Amino acid sequence: MKVVVCIKQTPSTTAVLTVDTGGNVKWDDPGGKPNVLNPWDEYAVEEGIRLKENHGATDVIVLTAGSEESQEALKTSLAMGCTAAILVSDAAFSGSDTTGTARILAAAINKVGGVDIAVFGKQAIDGDTGLTPMQVARKLGWTPLTYVSAIKEVGGGKITVERLLDDGKETVTANLPVVISVVKEINEPRYPSLMGIRKASRAEIPTWGAGDLAVAGGAGAAASKVDWSNIYAIPPRVGSVEMITADTVEEQARILADKLFEEKVI
Amino acid sequence: MDFQLTEEQREFRHVVHEFVAKELKPLARHTDESGEFNWTAVKKMGPLGLLGLEVPEEYGGAAVDAISAAIAIEELGWGCGSTALAISAHNGLALGPIVKYGTEAQKQEWLPPLATGKGKLGCLSLTEPGAGSDLQGGVRTTAVKEGDSWIIDGQKMWMTNASISDLMVVLVRTDPGGGSRSLSHILVPTNTPGITVAPAEKKMGLKGSPTHAVTFDEVRVPLSNLLGTEGRGLQQTLATLDSGRVGIGALAVGLGQAAYEAAIKYAHERETFGQPIKRHQAVQWMLADAATELQAARLMVYWAAWLKGLGKPYTKEAAMAKLFATEVSERVCRNAIQVHGGYGYSAEFEVERLYRDTRLMTIGEGTSEIQRLVIARHILDL
Ligand SMILES: Cc1cc2nc3c(=O)[nH]c(=O)nc-3n(C[C@H](O)[C@H](O)[C@H](O)COP(=O)(O)OP(=O)(O)OC[C@H]3O[C@@H](n4cnc5c(N)ncnc54)[C@H](O)[C@@H]3O)c2cc1C
Ligand SMILES: Cc1cc2nc3c(=O)[nH]c(=O)nc-3n(C[C@H](O)[C@H](O)[C@H](O)COP(=O)(O)OP(=O)(O)OC[C@H]3O[C@@H](n4cnc5c(N)ncnc54)[C@H](O)[C@@H]3O)c2cc1C
Repeated sequence: MKVVVCIKQTPSTTAVLTVDTGGNVKWDDPGGKPNVLNPWDEYAVEEGIRLKENHGATDVIVLTAGSEESQEALKTSLAMGCTAAILVSDAAFSGSDTTGTARILAAAINKVGGVDIAVFGKQAIDGDTGLTPMQVARKLGWTPLTYVSAIKEVGGGKITVERLLDDGKETVTANLPVVISVVKEINEPRYPSLMGIRKASRAEIPTWGAGDLAVAGGAGAAASKVDWSNIYAIPPRVGSVEMITADTVEEQARILADKLFEEKVI
Repeated sequence: MDFQLTEEQREFRHVVHEFVAKELKPLARHTDESGEFNWTAVKKMGPLGLLGLEVPEEYGGAAVDAISAAIAIEELGWGCGSTALAISAHNGLALGPIVKYGTEAQKQEWLPPLATGKGKLGCLSLTEPGAGSDLQGGVRTTAVKEGDSWIIDGQKMWMTNASISDLMVVLVRTDPGGGSRSLSHILVPTNTPGITVAPAEKKMGLKGSPTHAVTFDEVRVPLSNLLGTEGRGLQQTLATLDSGRVGIGALAVGLGQAAYEAAIKYAHERETFGQPIKRHQAVQWMLADAATELQAARLMVYWAAWLKGLGKPYTKEAAMAKLFATEVSERVCRNAIQVHGGYGYSAEFEVERLYRDTRLMTIGEGTSEIQRLVIARHILDL
């Protein structure tokens, strides 16, 4: 059984998003922390490794589409216990929207070949759409199982999972191959081990570019259907303060109540 | 000459730092106040590699280089002195001599469970009521051969980890005639009949690291539990302490670093006479000295570790690093309290614990005086 874990490198959880007047977006960490493996994806990596430890997966391949720098997040995943890593990186892919990203990831998963389960995090802490797993499933034509909180059984070409939904839990069985996205209730991610770090720092990570992948439907800025032409910081809220003065507290309260009625607050 | 850590060493530091920031530092005060050993965190250290830092991979260890091992202990010290001491003793004092002097059978039996966290920890037992700095003249615990066994009798003091260990490496007198070839190391499983571990000592600091007096009353272990060469116990101990001293130096740097960071933070927040206290020159100087001395101490510790890693002699350098780093740490922790004023004396603030914790570092694994004696012997051909 082959497993691919899709991950993204994101700013640290303490990084602050700023947009300048020119519409340039910055994610700087006040403490200078480097970018990290998307925190939600730690659960995906952990679950991938557990598929190997508990369900006999032979390969747990960690995959990301991103810049050269995303190698760091791949190495973290290798140090945790993934068996191989692939970086998809090409200038032609930059500016992809989630659809473009999904096309790229689907093409890469097809190129890996023989994959039974593609594991994703629930969402990325920067883009935050949560769309990618569904879109990848659609491009691959595989069953999507989102918000998975437990993998119950894998075998005989089937997988049974528990999904954590707003109003309860649901146990579903699907035929492999599937795309799953996991929630944090599914496990406690392990720390990368010192032995793993040593292996990871010596690992050769292949980079696949546009020439290596047959991306159906196009990717990159040109193919993006999402318009990012006007980015601006949310304007601060404007408001005013009015002090109510009266001789007695009761009188102050009556005026306040009247005003709240007037403004339809109560 | 290259003062940069390798990429691998930087990554080790990063991972251990994150682990410690999450699993040890937030609990350090509780660990100190309750005296409860932080098993939850220590159990997680096994898979990470922190329980077998310098143990070869074939025995389940992480097999990191000597500098990375020092960095790991430094980071543990930054988070929690008590836990750091336990883990430093486990790695350096218990596993170190087994890796170095153990037979293949001894390594196969003991290293995998101890290095991976499947079992409990290990400890080294040298000190006795009448033997601390002077082991050669002072050790009274004896081991006598009887048939296929050693029979051990005596009393040990100050055994870090005794109550949380599966195995003790015990220094015993095997030749009643005395002299530098009269001591040996014997591996003693803690569940062997005849061993009594006294309740944990009440200490000034490091309260989450249990220290015990232990008595041996006709404790019988197989002859094959001899570790290394009979009669070479003193020499094996001194070599083990060389390595342990790098660890204690690193631990002291970590404690000092934590105190320094707390003082820097407080100097920004606290205001007197209409400005943050970091604007007062007296405060600036304390912090500038701390930054400088900590950096020097850290470099000395890494230097000793580097020599150790190269397999070169490093007895003098380990003594220098331990002496300097532990005394710097004490000064830095002391001044961090000073920067905090009255609040620094309160148990509400981390610096109070750090000062108590670091106080041990100039005593354990050879006092500052003994370090000076070791250094003097080297530089004066004594
Ligand atoms: C340099 C840059 C330029 C961009 N330009 C545009 C643009 O022009 N128009 C636009 O619409 N968007 C743009 N984006 C945003 C980008 O489309 C989304 O970040 C991306 O598609 C993923 O969506 P998300 O972050 O919401 O992830 P989510 O859908 O929230 O992520 C869910 C899960 O999918 C997986 N995943 C997400 N992204 C990847 C990936 N790249 N590789 C592997 N797994 C992944 C992870 O497991 C993650 O947990 C840009 C992003 C970057 C970094
Ligand atoms: C918290 C804690 C944990 C410990 N853990 C362990 C452990 O795990 N295993 C273990 O075996 N031991 C352990 N010890 C013991 C420790 O190593 C000894 O306390 C230390 O070596 C000093 O020995 P001592 O207490 O007998 O002091 P002494 O040797 O009696 O020294 C008393 C004083 O005399 C000075 N002195 C002694 N000889 C000389 C000399 N020749 N020249 C100048 N000054 C001298 C010393 O520096 C000191 O100031 C621990 C101690 C503590 C407090």
